[in-house]
Amino acid sequence: MKEYSYSEKKDTRSGFGAGLLELGRTNPNVVALCADLVGSLKMGDFIKENPERFFQIGIAEANMMGIAAGLTIGGKIPFTGTFANFSTGRVYDQIRQSIAYSGKNVKICASHAGLTLGEDGATHQILEDIGMMKMLPHMTVINPCDYNQTKAATIAIADYEGPVYLRFGRPVIPVFTPADQKFEIGKAVMLNEGTDVSIFATGHLVWKAILAGHILAEKGINAEIINIHTIKPLDEAAVLASVAKTKCVVSAEEHNRLGGLGDSIAQLLVRNTPLPMEYVATDDTFGESGTPDQLMEKYGLTENDIVAAAERVIARKNQ
Amino acid sequence: MNPHNKSTEELKQIASQVRRDIVRMVHAVNSGHPGGSLGCTDYLVSLYFKVMNYSTDFKMDGQGEDLFFLSNGHISPVFYSTLARAGFFEVSELATFRKLNSRLQGHPATEEGLPGIRVASGSLGQGLSVAIGAALAKKLNNDPSLVYVLMGDGELDEGQVWEAIMYAPHNKVDNIIATVDLNGQQIDGSTEEVLSHGDLRKKFEAFGWHVLEADGNNFETLLPALDEAKAATGKGKPVLMLMNTEMGFGVDFMMGSHKWHGVAPNDEQLQVALQQLAVEAASDY
Repeated sequence: MKEYSYSEKKDTRSGFGAGLLELGRTNPNVVALCADLVGSLKMGDFIKENPERFFQIGIAEANMMGIAAGLTIGGKIPFTGTFANFSTGRVYDQIRQSIAYSGKNVKICASHAGLTLGEDGATHQILEDIGMMKMLPHMTVINPCDYNQTKAATIAIADYEGPVYLRFGRPVIPVFTPADQKFEIGKAVMLNEGTDVSIFATGHLVWKAILAGHILAEKGINAEIINIHTIKPLDEAAVLASVAKTKCVVSAEEHNRLGGLGDSIAQLLVRNTPLPMEYVATDDTFGESGTPDQLMEKYGLTENDIVAAAERVIARKNQ
Repeated sequence: MNPHNKSTEELKQIASQVRRDIVRMVHAVNSGHPGGSLGCTDYLVSLYFKVMNYSTDFKMDGQGEDLFFLSNGHISPVFYSTLARAGFFEVSELATFRKLNSRLQGHPATEEGLPGIRVASGSLGQGLSVAIGAALAKKLNNDPSLVYVLMGDGELDEGQVWEAIMYAPHNKVDNIIATVDLNGQQIDGSTEEVLSHGDLRKKFEAFGWHVLEADGNNFETLLPALDEAKAATGKGKPVLMLMNTEMGFGVDFMMGSHKWHGVAPNDEQLQVALQQLAVEAASDY
């Protein structure tokens, strides 16, 4: 198992803030919009340097999505910022009609996704957003794994023409990807080559997959670990190449089992090469209040859950 | 510069031709929304043949051009006919309205690349926000041209509209002219019965808009009102035109009733309508 080290822990939302700040300096067409959550989205530095390119919308997310769509018409590249719940479910129809169906170049940047939002509870912990967004034609869906990758993804999506959903979160987690690693939309990142099981992880679950890989290695299991930062378009070639070796699959995500990364992979397998698969995901449930770690444990999203899923799926393969 | 700059007499002829297109389009596919389309014909014809500065060589960014957004997308027949007659695409394409593989979708869309359309509409309440975004982009681009947007009065039931109504004055979006088509009708009855709006002038003024009123079915007063609206831009406030129209205007049996919101005329009714919509030199598609 390849070793990954880190010298600090940071939140992925701060990676977004840093990426946006850099875009403010390098791309004059980038503008930012926020629905009364500037601090939570780490947009302050961009606003300080570019006050004329920032639009405070107020707590009016539907209006924000429409204004963002309109700004693209004048050649701007709008980055909207609010919590993932208010970036998706609250404004699904606005995104569907004014952005996705209209092919508008809006970057929907969504923080506090998933259970790790913590104590605020289920009203704010969206676990369905990946599903909603990936179902929209034209929409690209990205869920980076750490600070560096979120910063790189933020910068990369400005150069891509089309609507993007960029999902990130609140907790501080290890920064283990290289600061200079180029972000390629739709290109999976190989973290550990293995032969016994393919673990496809996204977002906060990528680091947990690495931890799981070490535990599995101690048990003599050689796991292949791949970071799927882009859920749509899925890197189908990378997934199929991996499962051709390992013949069994675990998906890992901070999202509902219904509609998430796992479903995208399962669909790909069914259409190409049906294989045993296990999901590490929430199981058609809402979250609740608690600390992020407590919630990840209660809802089965830890490295130990990935290990257990890997052992189950390998046993199924060997039946 | 408006590419047509027609006289009032010419506008009347064009409006009748557009109304002929509307009833023929919805009749041909036995679906679509003639009522609101007929009511707003004079407004759209005024914009595209007299008031707005634009090029028929369509570019999505519309730099240096006045832009128009149709928020109540169900009145697509009047939008399509006006765009075709103004020169954005061939008039013959109106025959494809609502048919398979057409660029003229039931509600306006950009997906098929129809020139003149900048955003999809149909699900109500979204156009004002989009228009504000386009207006903000014009300000960032130092583009002094204007953004027009039309909404239905029933559409004001939607909450997003009020988010946008609050946003524009607060941010001094004064390069936008929003128009509410006050025909007093929506699908389930009159706006008064379904969800009354109260005093819209007072409401918009309380939100900080510059409000003016117009008769949307009378060029003699509509054109000066549009001039007045234009003159009111650039003064720190968004501009709102409360435009009284008659649903179904121009076809007597369609007028004044919500029943013709989304119903097509039958063969006989079409002939009656076309007789009432006489044009000196009709050029039906």
